[in-house]
Amino acid sequence: MIAIIDYRAGNLKSVERSLKKLGCSCFVTQDPHEILNASKVIFPGVGAAGKAMLDLRHLGLDRALSEAFAAGKPILGICLGAQIILEKSEENATPCLGLMKGMVRAFSTPLVATAGGERLKIPHMGWNGIRLLRQHPVMEGVKRTDEFYFVHSYYPMPASEGQVIALSEHGIEFPSVIGCRNLVATQFHPEKSGHAGLRVLKNFCTWNGQHVE
Amino acid sequence: MLSKRIIPCLDVRDGKTTKGIKFKENLDIGDPVEMARFYYEQGADEIVFYDITASSDRRDIMIDVVRRVAEEIFIPFSVGGGLRTLEDMRRVLLAGAEKVSVNTAAIQNPEIIAEGARAFGSQCIVLGMDVKKVASSPGIPSGYEMVIHGGRTHTGLDALSWARRAEALGAGEICLNSIDADGTQQGYELTLTRLISENVGIPVIASGGAGNVDHVYEVLTAGKADAALVASIVHYGTYTIRQIKEVLHQGGVKVRRTWI
Repeated sequence: MIAIIDYRAGNLKSVERSLKKLGCSCFVTQDPHEILNASKVIFPGVGAAGKAMLDLRHLGLDRALSEAFAAGKPILGICLGAQIILEKSEENATPCLGLMKGMVRAFSTPLVATAGGERLKIPHMGWNGIRLLRQHPVMEGVKRTDEFYFVHSYYPMPASEGQVIALSEHGIEFPSVIGCRNLVATQFHPEKSGHAGLRVLKNFCTWNGQHVE
Repeated sequence: MLSKRIIPCLDVRDGKTTKGIKFKENLDIGDPVEMARFYYEQGADEIVFYDITASSDRRDIMIDVVRRVAEEIFIPFSVGGGLRTLEDMRRVLLAGAEKVSVNTAAIQNPEIIAEGARAFGSQCIVLGMDVKKVASSPGIPSGYEMVIHGGRTHTGLDALSWARRAEALGAGEICLNSIDADGTQQGYELTLTRLISENVGIPVIASGGAGNVDHVYEVLTAGKADAALVASIVHYGTYTIRQIKEVLHQGGVKVRRTWI
């Protein structure tokens, strides 16, 4: 069973609905014990890092996540959940979970397109491609032309380049898929990214948490 | 680099899709859930629903539509029409919509934008704008005025300053509809679209007037729109979403072309 962590950060139902469509059994919970008893964990989230960290701590979910990570359970972070697994966010200098070394950075303004010099909008919202830097079981079968749905103003920047699985481009190239051991995280929303996103979720459902870094 | 989005728009009344021609003589063309799934499989990047149900006691029908759509399609979709309170927004979002759009309610009570953005995040709050070209005046310096009630009532609000104010209040996106162009199939209002898009920092979806694929191309290039709403040209089968995207791609516009 996959536990989807509920810490009042956004639309969890869309993640749940996608997994149900794929035939993966899952449940939404904010109980740390249920998370530790689950076989896998999805850590979604939209909103502000500070508020999310407060809620996670209040519910005891910060420790549950750390323990699940240490226990080797496959964990998928999505959007804000791909950011606050790092150590610190530039969003109001918020200390984060620190499951991975690195920072959450803001797109700097003004942001300008690499080609054409046009001013780019923030948040980075809409469909964008990814450039895979290395193989990962969760990205298996993703085509070079596949695009994913993003909506964010900050992005994860792991300290180790080896933990960047894919990059996307919005004025700059930023990490859009990151991972470390049994933890993998997408800045985009796989649950809103059509068939390409469903494939990523399906891959996660069958992933054993192992991959060669 | 972001792709330009192609967004079919479905008007829904009493749980059935219609297409308004100049907001008059609406005719039924189908089931919104079926149509949403059809466009999803065809490569739509997002779907917009407008609930034009007249009586508020029948609004629950729309919540049911939203719930069923959310089980079928895995791309973002927004719902607008008749949302007046935070509670209205919450119900639609909980039923599975990614975004809600407010139009008249925001003009009457701009705080609803800020409240919505605080409660659900700016990315959920779309400002719908119905705009009419008027003579430029001290009150309407841009020469574009906000109108409501399908264009029948002028508000005295300048469209450009309203767009900026809504952005400052926390709107995450603008869906910009030209009442003059809407239903004409003569092309989007390019001047208006460009004016708004270049003067706000949030994405602008152009709406109203698409009659052929060149119009879509124009509004995404010269009009500087981030996305184009399409209705009649896809509903009546003039083009498929794939055909529109293929032409845009040939013209050098980046669009999402793989969806299966």
